[in-house]
Parts: sequence; C-alpha cells; structure tokens
Amino acid sequence: MQLELRNVSTKVGDEFHITDISLAFEAGTLNILLGATLSGKTSLMRLMAGLDQPTSGKIYVRGEDVTGVAVQKRNVAMVYQQFINYPNLTVYENIASPLRIAKVAKNSIAEKVAKVSNLLKLDNLLQRKPQELSGGQQQRTALARALIKGAELVLLDEPLANLDYKLREELREELPRIFAETGAVFVYATTEPSEALLLGGNTVSLHEGRVTQFGPTIDVFSKPANLITARTLSDPPLNTLPVTKFNNRMLYKSHVEIPLIGSLPDLPDDDYTIAFRPHHLYLKRSSDAMISVKAKVVVAEITGSESFIHIDVAGMRWVILAQGIHDPDINETIEVFLDPSTFYVFNKNEQLVVAPAASSGA
Amino acid sequence: MAHITLKDIAHSYTGESDNPEDFALKTLNLTWRDGGAYALLGPSGCGKTTLLNIISGLLHPTRGQVLFDDEDITGLPTEQRNIAQIFQFPVIYDTMTVFQNLAFPLQNRGRSKKEIEPRVIELAKILGLEKDLYTKAQHLTADSKQKISLGRGLIRKSVNAILFDEPLTVIDPQLKWELRSQLKFLHKKFGFTMIYVTHDQTEALTFADEVIVIYEGEVVQVGTPEALFEKPEHTFVGYFIGSPGMNVCPCELQKNRILIEGHELALNRSYADVKATEKIEVGIRPEYLSFAPPDTSGLPVKVIKIDDIGRHKIIRVALKEKEFNVVSSEFFGMTGDSFSLIFDIDHTNIYVNDHLISGERM
Repeated sequence: MQLELRNVSTKVGDEFHITDISLAFEAGTLNILLGATLSGKTSLMRLMAGLDQPTSGKIYVRGEDVTGVAVQKRNVAMVYQQFINYPNLTVYENIASPLRIAKVAKNSIAEKVAKVSNLLKLDNLLQRKPQELSGGQQQRTALARALIKGAELVLLDEPLANLDYKLREELREELPRIFAETGAVFVYATTEPSEALLLGGNTVSLHEGRVTQFGPTIDVFSKPANLITARTLSDPPLNTLPVTKFNNRMLYKSHVEIPLIGSLPDLPDDDYTIAFRPHHLYLKRSSDAMISVKAKVVVAEITGSESFIHIDVAGMRWVILAQGIHDPDINETIEVFLDPSTFYVFNKNEQLVVAPAASSGA
Repeated sequence: MAHITLKDIAHSYTGESDNPEDFALKTLNLTWRDGGAYALLGPSGCGKTTLLNIISGLLHPTRGQVLFDDEDITGLPTEQRNIAQIFQFPVIYDTMTVFQNLAFPLQNRGRSKKEIEPRVIELAKILGLEKDLYTKAQHLTADSKQKISLGRGLIRKSVNAILFDEPLTVIDPQLKWELRSQLKFLHKKFGFTMIYVTHDQTEALTFADEVIVIYEGEVVQVGTPEALFEKPEHTFVGYFIGSPGMNVCPCELQKNRILIEGHELALNRSYADVKATEKIEVGIRPEYLSFAPPDTSGLPVKVIKIDDIGRHKIIRVALKEKEFNVVSSEFFGMTGDSFSLIFDIDHTNIYVNDHLISGERM
C-alpha cells in the first residue's frame, strides 16, 4: 500500500485550511504529522481517510485515484484522542468486535485478541467492562480494537495525548515493530516534538495548513530547512537572536556581537536570525570561541538530573538546559555562553543558510 | 495559606472493608508545610486523583482525617474549605471579559474595587493577559482560557491551598513551557500552598519542591526531584522517573561486590547478607552508564539498538539475556559492536524485593 497526495488543498469560504500539499507515504512506514493545534493535522487526516474531499488536488492509493471514494469503501482505521468503547461489552469483546462483524473464525479471533492485548498490556483486564478501567486502560482498549482490524491505512490522531507518559515510552518501543509487521501505512498526529523524536519514522512538519518540511524525523530535527520547522521540532523552545550583518560585523543591537567564523563571512550584508537549542546555551565557558552574554534569571525549573533556566536577555526570552542542579535566584544577573559552532542561521525569508558544522546531535 | 495534614487516610469506593484489596488508597500519613509546592505523581489508576478529591472535599475518606492548620475539616464540604481548584479544562465565564473573570472570586466575597483592580492587573501582567483584559473570554485561544483559570485560582491571597488536576493536559508543548514557568514564578512570588496532580514526570519535577510518588494506592516515595532521580527508594520510582527509566537487573550480592551473569562488579558500599531467596537487583540510571573499549574492566556487552532522539542517543546493549539502556550524547558505535559497560559506582543502587537498601560506605 502506498498513499499519495498530489497538490491537495481545501478551502472553506475564502479561507484555505490546507494549502497545496503533496506527500507520498510508503507501506510499513510511520509518518508523523507534527504541528501546533490548528496547524492542519486533523484536516489532513480526514482527507486521507476519505471523510472529507479536497477542494482541489488528488489522492492515490497504490497509484489508483481514490479522490471522492467514501470512507466505507476504503480499508482505513482511525483512532482519536477521545476513545470510544462499547460500555456493555467486556474488554475482550470490545477488541474482538471488528473481527466478529467481519465473521472471522472463533479460534482466529482468540489468537489475534491475545496478541494485541498482550502488546497493549491488557492481558489481565480482558474480562472487565470499560467503566471498571482507568482512562488510560480504556484508551488502550480502543487502540487495540483499531489495530486488530488489519487496515491498510491507520490514522492515529493524538492517540497517546491522554495516556501516561511511561506508557507512551513503552508503546514507542513496540509501535515501530507493529508498523513494520502489518505493512500498513501509519499516520500519526501529535503536537509534541519529543513524541515524534521518540517514535522515529518520518515527520511532516505542519504550519498553518502547509507542509514546511518532510523527511526522516531525525533529519528534520537536525537540518530544519526553515525557522518554522526548527521551532516546530524544538522542545524546550528554540532560542533565537535577530542580528544584522553590516561592514564585516554581525550584531544584535549593541548587546551581542557574533564573531564572523566558519561560513558567516560569506553571507551578504542583511538581517538574519540566529537560532540555537537550549542545550547549546551554557552556564560555563568551555572554549575560547564561546560568546559571553549577560542575562537576568526569570525562573529555574529542576527535573532531578537537569535544570531549565529561563532567562531574559535584553528583552528576549531564552531557555538554558543545563546538566545537574542549578537554582539561581529570580532576577539574579548571570553570565551565559553561546557556542557559534551550534548556530543555525536563517535569512530574512526564514530559510536555512548556515547549519551547525556537526548537525548530528545538534 | 495553611499547612495540611493527612492522618491515617485510606479510601475504599465500596465502603469500609477488611480486605486491603478493596482500598484504592492504602493508609497514608503526610504533612505539607504552609507555602510548599507539592506534586502527586503516578500512573493512571494509582489513586492520586482519589487523594486530591479527599483534600478538596469531593470525597469523604473511608478512614482518617484531613487537617488544615490542625483543624479537622474532614466533614466540611468543598465550599467551606476555602480552597481554589484548577482542572484539565478551563472553567471560566465565556461571556465575561478577562478582567471580570479574574475579579469574580474577589467580588463574590465583597472586596472593594480599590482592592480588586491592582490585584487583577498585577496577575494579568504576570500571566501575559494584560492586553486581553477587556476582551471577552470566548474570543481567546485554549491556552489563554486556561491562563484565566489559573488566574482565577490565584487571585485570592487568603485561600488555604490551590489544587491543580493535570492543568496542562490540553496545552500545546510550546505554551506548556510558558505556563509552567509562570506558575513556578507565581509560587515563588506569592508563596501559596500548591498541590499538583499529574502523570507527567517533567511537570511534577519542575513544579514541586517535593514530589509524592503513588503506585497502586500507596505512597512509595516522598522526595525532592534530586532525591527521586539519584536515590529511588523503590524500583517503581526508578522506572517511573527518568526517560528511559532506571535499569533494574537481577544480581547476586556478596558484601561489596555484585555478580551479573557471572561478571563481577566492585561497589563502594558493603551490604549485610541477604537471603538468596529474596529478590536482589541492581539499579542504575542510563545516564550513569558509559562505554570503554571491549575487554577492559566492565561488563562485556553488545549493542542491539541505537535510537537518535536528537539531543542524545539511547543505546540498548545486551549482556546475554540482560538488557541495559545507556544515554549518551557522544556515541559513534554501531549495532553489533562490542564494548565494556562501565558502571558509575557512586550511582549504583541495590534493591531487595523492590526496596532500596543502604549499605555501609567503605
């Protein structure tokens, strides 16, 4: 199974909800739709499922035009954030229900339910009713029911949003294997960059109904083609610094001067945005090339092994992700250090013009 | 503000019972100081919401007492407990402006305009709502609405406690950062007693001075974020905190040495003899494992999986049947490679029947 969208747009009134999207997803792959609320993730999934029709453009399955074919005639399973179960059926019967409707043989049903319930850690709950389960367990039941159908296209709309963090971590171990085994195309919508990175696969970065980049998740993270994609993939948020290059100097107002090293001297005089991730903003100098900046502490958050220090630099908000425990006082002035070798530089049109020397792990 | 004492609290949804299995919340005793920030952390179904409902008065505990400043309030209904509550979804008046929403809890209690106005403006400023003060709430985005909810909870200085039930669930990750740091700032500034329920370790650890980890109706550890990370008192805490969680592996214990699959590891603590019939395990966080060339001192392991999640890599290694996760930002090996796995012995913990034992420092 291969799913392809060609120049797909949807318009409601005069307003584009989806603007000229072309994408191709291969069988057995996981494709993550990553973007903020209202970026177009759900609209795009509804088009893929056949629940909505595009205003223009075509949708192909295995090279065959399916634009306009109703959802009932496509082999699609959809899982929503709010799961729905049959309240009067046991967990076992809930999971088995799509197979019963399809009149699958009894022993085959038992085998499939056992497999999928094991995967989703529902083995010990099969005889319970949904109302006897916690929220997370109910959601896993619905997820199991969607997976057991063996659909060609499985659309998951923020399926783990209401699940425990730890369960997500475990599912992340399992999901790529299921995806590869079933041979279906999986499309997975999320707002969380960390979830995309944990799941791996490919990522479509979405912003205001447009695709800003599509590729292997780790590449989209480490080589974002534009500022929007870099922001979409950053959690904690990306730190940015607007600078002007003029007369062989690169400055942010009079506050920060960026030494012209690497490929920076080759850039034409203009306005740029320098971006770097929170783990590349340091509390200690570790090389002569680092740039020192004065900052005011807004607040510090400690996770036990790491600290997030929110700072104010001449009216800009940055975040430092530091190893270990650091708890500076609110309003304290501290010195922080930037490493030019970790900089992404974007031009006035927010397109990437300079990537860090070592983009892996960046 | 008040200090809160939970005295021999236990709860069973089916009423008083001799069967400990019936209790969703097993007997617990906790004291929370005035002005502290506490988080109740655990997986769904662990009893954390039950505990919150007992504190707020939505539930009457089967056993025990709730004290606010030594006064028994177990029998008081919610509205007489003088608490503020913030839920998953915004609870606000859509047709009122932001100002009216924030002022409402004070107006209700007959406070003067002179008192209300500066307080509303101060809070709106901290929450970044000042430019929307005279906009009706219905015109705002989901995160702004939740900010109003937070503001309404924080507006009265005289409340005994502020209770939060997963307040950031519906918020996009980028905005979660903003709201979380604002909440932390507000706590530092006003010194409210705050109790925050979540299954998200990052939210719990960054919010709280002290985290209460609940597992199957029991408190398994109360500690600072640092203590939960460095010295998990129960293997569940090791697993639940950290991403990935602590590696826990069966071992043999002989005073100051352990044996894993026949390989010896020297510790810097000496432990009393434990019966071989007990479950003995070694626990070490992925952050405290590192690699040395093969055939040096350490456990001989093979790399079975490498996940690049952006900021660092998670490397899964195997020693025969035993598997370990290693977190490293500088790892350039490949699947199938052999290494010696090095334990940081300052951060190597020993567990007997899932509970941490503390040996003698040598």
